[in-house]
Amino acid sequence: MDSKKYLTIDGIPVEIAGEKNLLELIRKAGIKMPTFCYHSELSIYGACRMCMVEIEKGGLDAACSAQPRAGMVIHTNTERLRKHRKMILELLLANHCRDCTTCGNNINCKLQDLAARFNIEGVRFPNTAEKPDLDTSSLCVVRDRNKCILCGDCVRMCNEIQNVGAIDFIHRGSKMSIGTAFDEPLANSNCVGCGQCAAVCPTGAIVVRNDTRKLWRDLDDKNVKVTVQVAPAVRVALGKELGLAEGEDGMGKIVAALRRMGFDEIFDTSTAADLTVLEESNEFLRRLEKSEAELGGMPLFTSCCPAWINFCERNYPELLPHISSCRSPMQMFASVIKAQHAASSSRRAVHVAVMPCTAKKFEAARSEFTMNGEPNVDYVITTQELIRMIKESGLVFAELEAEAVDAPFSAMTGAGVIFGVTGGVTEAVLRRLSSDKTRAGLGAIAMNGVRGMKGVKEILLPAGEKTLRIAIVSGLKNASDLIEKIKEGEHYDLVEVMACPGGCVNGAGQPYTAENKAERGNGLYAADKLCSVKRSEENPLMMSLYNGLLKGRVHELLHVSYGGSHKDKGAH
Amino acid sequence: MLKTREDLKAFRALCQKAVKAEPRKILVCAGTGCIAGGSLDVYAKLKEVMAAKGLNCSVQMEVEAGIPDVALKKSGCQGFCDMGTLLRIEPQGWIYTKVKPADCEEIIEKTILKGEHIGRLAYHHEGRACKCAAEIPFYAKQTRVTMARCGEIDANYIEEYIAAGGYEALEKALFEMDSDRIIREITESNLRGRGGGGFQTGKKWSQVARQKETVRYVVCNGDEGDPGAFMDCGVMEGIPHQMLEGMIIAGYATGASEGYIYVRAEYPRAVERLRGAIAQAEAKGLLGDNILGSGFSFRLRINRGAGAFVCGEGSALTASIEGKRGMPRVKPPRTVEQGLFGKPTVLNNVETFAAVPLIIEKGAQWYRSIGTETSPGTKAFSLTGNIRNTGMIEVPMGTPLKEVIFGVGGGMREGATFKAVQIGGPSGACLTNDHMDLPLDFDSLKKVGAMIGSGGLVVLDENTCMVEVARFFMNFTQKESCGKCAPCREGTRRMLEILERIVAGEGRDGDLEMLEELADTITATALCGLGKTAASPVISTIRSFRSEYEAHIYEKRCPAGSCQKLKRITIDPELCKGCSKCAKVCPVGAISGKVKEPFVIDGNTCIKCGACLTTCPFQAIKEA
Repeated sequence: MDSKKYLTIDGIPVEIAGEKNLLELIRKAGIKMPTFCYHSELSIYGACRMCMVEIEKGGLDAACSAQPRAGMVIHTNTERLRKHRKMILELLLANHCRDCTTCGNNINCKLQDLAARFNIEGVRFPNTAEKPDLDTSSLCVVRDRNKCILCGDCVRMCNEIQNVGAIDFIHRGSKMSIGTAFDEPLANSNCVGCGQCAAVCPTGAIVVRNDTRKLWRDLDDKNVKVTVQVAPAVRVALGKELGLAEGEDGMGKIVAALRRMGFDEIFDTSTAADLTVLEESNEFLRRLEKSEAELGGMPLFTSCCPAWINFCERNYPELLPHISSCRSPMQMFASVIKAQHAASSSRRAVHVAVMPCTAKKFEAARSEFTMNGEPNVDYVITTQELIRMIKESGLVFAELEAEAVDAPFSAMTGAGVIFGVTGGVTEAVLRRLSSDKTRAGLGAIAMNGVRGMKGVKEILLPAGEKTLRIAIVSGLKNASDLIEKIKEGEHYDLVEVMACPGGCVNGAGQPYTAENKAERGNGLYAADKLCSVKRSEENPLMMSLYNGLLKGRVHELLHVSYGGSHKDKGAH
Repeated sequence: MLKTREDLKAFRALCQKAVKAEPRKILVCAGTGCIAGGSLDVYAKLKEVMAAKGLNCSVQMEVEAGIPDVALKKSGCQGFCDMGTLLRIEPQGWIYTKVKPADCEEIIEKTILKGEHIGRLAYHHEGRACKCAAEIPFYAKQTRVTMARCGEIDANYIEEYIAAGGYEALEKALFEMDSDRIIREITESNLRGRGGGGFQTGKKWSQVARQKETVRYVVCNGDEGDPGAFMDCGVMEGIPHQMLEGMIIAGYATGASEGYIYVRAEYPRAVERLRGAIAQAEAKGLLGDNILGSGFSFRLRINRGAGAFVCGEGSALTASIEGKRGMPRVKPPRTVEQGLFGKPTVLNNVETFAAVPLIIEKGAQWYRSIGTETSPGTKAFSLTGNIRNTGMIEVPMGTPLKEVIFGVGGGMREGATFKAVQIGGPSGACLTNDHMDLPLDFDSLKKVGAMIGSGGLVVLDENTCMVEVARFFMNFTQKESCGKCAPCREGTRRMLEILERIVAGEGRDGDLEMLEELADTITATALCGLGKTAASPVISTIRSFRSEYEAHIYEKRCPAGSCQKLKRITIDPELCKGCSKCAKVCPVGAISGKVKEPFVIDGNTCIKCGACLTTCPFQAIKEA
């Protein structure tokens, strides 16, 4: 054995292959090291001390920050280590509201998991965080300080990946907690509602806001007509918890489940995405005719992502005129559905959107998206909440037979389906703009760099004499880095922004997945393949909409202006 | 502006000439301790008296000015804080102690004008007046090397420092040595970090010097946060230029062109004097671009800490300078690789930098001739507590504990018996009578589970409860924990909880074992050095004074008699005559009884104020 490349973990030689720390190597060796504060995409924080290992001749060290060296002999499971891990867990539990059964993250909590794994049989210290200590000000997430173990994952997510900086540590020692500037309620902070903090939170300290209670009541009310739209990303993310494979398309089963739960009409947001593609393509073409001076050197930014809109309003209000005036697919669909309803039915109409996203809850409450003073979307339910509703209904999801969405909005295209993954909006727009309408043309677009889970992608596209430069970013830190580049004079024609890394498939409303993040995106590309129509402009529904309901009302129903400051819009 | 080495030499000659020309000098101690005791009033009074007597008194050395009758100066800390306000009279070298403004008239009249010694202002040892430092055991038993100039020169003027040989080491470094040579000298001297860690300074410098990154920083840790430590404060206030000189040399040796001094904001005088020193050094061309024409440029900035103990930890300190929350981070990368602003950084303590010019000037061999083989040189300590001579002292490394306590310190105060000495602050431990022969150096202390820390020595007598000492330090550590890592944040809180219970008489069986268990986990798993040592004060007191803990827990008794809640005040029915005086003074109505019959105290209501004790005419009330 070449001792230069190996170290020994619990007696087993393990090859060092460029792992950045011991923890990765130990996990590679198949050992489930306990951690709270380690996320490979975040900086190494080293605070939970659960991953301590014994290094022969080197004493104890945290595996997350120790460098692998050839010849090291490492023990991960000794009496001493177990003792310390149990003590740390006991200490964390002593300062933790242990209302597990009523916690939003019950059975989905790392602290609960590890307490069970390490056989914590009792806590010998008085509980200093008995009751929940809630901040319910945000429309997107709910915080409970007394469930926080101060691992700092949310802080690093908010600062490092999202560049929002809404939360940080405040106070010190045992008084330390996570808070906003001046410890104001989250709604008064610069939080954009992306919810990624909740996604990485290992306990129930930050959870997605649960809006299902009133919805259940409306579902039961015979005088209420409940329509629902389901976003593309939802179908590939909820199955894992309900007996399907990660990334498996569960749309047909979702439709069946929703119908069993009492929804009156069920639609697919992909349909509205086709409207977005057509409108945004037109807008883009019109901008291309304008001179650089008229555009101020700015590209067209996409507008589907509500957290991105919030981020832009708070940090780059000067860019708002360059954000596409298209409403998000959810809002386009909602206004179309509400307009249709107003013309046809007398029952009270409630429209529900099932979304992968927490910020959509805020978007639904924005004053721009109302009709006669009523919001177009009455409830935004995240994938997580839908899963809970399905479970509550007693439905055996995996065994449901797939069903189709309802008329009249049943036609959709592959272009709309791929909206849920980073690059999807751009790919759909390019399908619309490309003059090559062959199958090979589609392949060429897919291969030109739009796909993949990278946070920043760039494509160059010949268009006549010009070459169009398009950037696709996900993660708001990537967005602000790109904006700084643009301000320094870099030229782009179109910029697609999704706040969540990887796009909506990894939205904070989805069940959190640390591994196989690409699976969900692949699931959407597979669903695209199964669609007979791939281009939005070929959606037969579009023609009838433009000639019917939308006639003379395109601007009113499909566009919006985010002109004002976010402060006028009310806190989320 | 001094543009060349020759300029500096010429200027030094002028300064020395001016110093020599001062016929008489009064150095008023203007260290923080003496100022608090009113030394600035003494200074003002002296000035006033001299003016009234028509004496030509200079307060600032001006190299070209005429010769004054008397030079009145504010010195840095003269060390013997217990005896403040201290005055040093030159050229005789007399030391006057406990000087009050009322003494000033006499001092000018007799000492300055007539050259007479005033016996009553001298320090008295065994009934004999000691005129000079050499006669005062507190000074005589010290070896003042790093601090030699502290208290002997005016801290406010660069001319004084230059006249005393200041910046000669910088000259030598810039014009006679290269980077390698300097680092070799420091390495050979085996100078070890005075901030507590004891890491070899030369090694640190050479690691920074060989980094690929060329932007580097020199950072001075002046955050001195240990309760009871004030040596760094003394250096920064008394010999700021000596520290700056050390930092400039470090910058030259390691290729840094910028440095930061991180001073705790609670040291406003240190900040003010450092600011002044930097401005003067810049004006003289000893800091800034192309220092003395050597081609080497170096700038210094001051960063005031915001009062967090944890910012004394290297990576928390650099984070704090960067404007971030002061929290230690995981290593690697180490500070020498990626320190301040992610650049290679030399981070040393105040006293370490202050020692550098001496080593450069006198050589590694000389430095190694002081102290021990593995801990050469001297160490400054802050000596406080129930000891005769409190103050700032400097002794060779390896000096036995008893020499410090009973030699320099003069032993315990009247009537007190030595119980323990707390060394190293919240990271340190308690040494007892068993450790009297223990040499005070990095390695010997480590062997007994203690550490030199930054050098605070708090001497405790038999009336000090060791459980309370442990509680005090745990309270400090718990409050000052940054809160980052779970074992330190949550563990110290629980240790404090238990200790608070024990001193309140609510200790339970198993508490000691739980303290040990918690200490074990915190020590083994905490993220930073401060966390790893957070339990030391508790562990060391349990080790040496276990029976005292047990008395609290099992007998609800404080052997030192200091824990308020464990005091029991009772009335001896045999002695009580039932006069009811005690019941009348009791502020909480805890005493009741019938007149002419023995009274009783309700222990639950009693707040142990002791009012009854002093009132009873029959000594019938007892405290236990």
